Amino acid sequence: MAAEEAQTGLVFHPMDQFIVKPLFGGDAIYWYTPTNVTLWMGLTVLAVALLFVIGTRGRAVVPTRMQSVAEMGYGFVYKMIEDVTGKEGLKYFPYVMTLFCFIVFANFVGLLPKSFTTTSHIAVTAVLAVSVFAAVTLLGFAKKGVGFLGLFWVSSAPLALRPILALIEVISYFVRPVSHSIRLAGNMMAGHAVIKVFAAFGAIAAISPLSILAITAMYGLEILVCFIQAYVFTILTCVYLKDAVGDAHH
Amino acid sequence: MATQTQEAVAHGADAAGHVAANVGMPQLDISTFSNQIFWLVVTLVLIYMLLSRVALPRIGSVLAERRGMITSDIAAAEELKEKASEAEQAYQKALADARNEAARIIAEAKAEIAKDLQQATARADEELAVKAAEAEKRISAIRASALESVTLVARDTAEAVVAAFGGAVDAKAVETAVATRLKG
Repeated sequence: MAAEEAQTGLVFHPMDQFIVKPLFGGDAIYWYTPTNVTLWMGLTVLAVALLFVIGTRGRAVVPTRMQSVAEMGYGFVYKMIEDVTGKEGLKYFPYVMTLFCFIVFANFVGLLPKSFTTTSHIAVTAVLAVSVFAAVTLLGFAKKGVGFLGLFWVSSAPLALRPILALIEVISYFVRPVSHSIRLAGNMMAGHAVIKVFAAFGAIAAISPLSILAITAMYGLEILVCFIQAYVFTILTCVYLKDAVGDAHH
Repeated sequence: MATQTQEAVAHGADAAGHVAANVGMPQLDISTFSNQIFWLVVTLVLIYMLLSRVALPRIGSVLAERRGMITSDIAAAEELKEKASEAEQAYQKALADARNEAARIIAEAKAEIAKDLQQATARADEELAVKAAEAEKRISAIRASALESVTLVARDTAEAVVAAFGGAVDAKAVETAVATRLKG
């Protein structure tokens, strides 16, 4: 970083946007300190409330635009659980919906200029992924008892291969929360950092139009990524949930 | 270069507030984790409350209500359609009945008229025949009387002619002469 500053006068701070800062001055960050995390998560809650509570206030049979979007979100997640997990998964619809709403709104709120993207932090996505992992594991044992371990014993494979496959299955099972969380945080972080890098190039007059064009293009891509990553996170949650509550073997 | 790097690190640390040791990724600054996790849990609980207590039941009931309304509306529409087609059938039937009735009435009227006409014609023919016969009789009577008159006139004339010539009128001779003349 220092070398770059010294050589060209360009200032690259693509990662500064991810720094957690206290909102009201001071240095120390305790667990209860209101930080920019608090602010942007609060805005996420507000956005969810705006769409799903204020937007559906009318309870209209012929929906308004806001209510229509809220209904679409409801139907989207509901159908996803029904299709992927099956009817038994619908019991957990509020939890999955909470996950989806938080991720999709945190992603989109994080696209506002000068914002802080809470879902770009591995601490946040790891908590989400680990809670899904823990919930699925506990639920699996609670529902199926020891039979849940049948997940690792691939009965359709030849007997000789099964121990090896079981080992691979166990490893892949425990890697799930890692990939699950890093996928989301990585996507969010990378896109925002790239936009910041392009923005820094805007300081050079000759290439600033190109820079603006690149930012615009990246921004469009990021809008897509924001939704797709929320979708991917949710659908993987449904897939994992299927292992615990579904009856079909994979 | 080393001092410069250190300066930059110090600068970064100032800006970051808390990112002292790690200038790389703020995501890996473990000291902020407890803060983030705390606020994340608060956020998730809030969103869960909002959704499960207010939004999801509301949207669910609206969707169910709409589905019910659409189903009942479609059923009602189906019923009305059925009724409409029934009414149309009834109308068509009434129309056909009316046509048949009209045709029947027309046929009856025609037959009656034809019968009346025939009767009238027959009666007229009869009357005509009677009248013709009467007329014939009268004509023949007239003819007979005319012949008689001719005989009379001829006799009178003959008598007058004979008297004019100064002869003695023999009524019997004149009569026979006229009769032979008239025959011939």
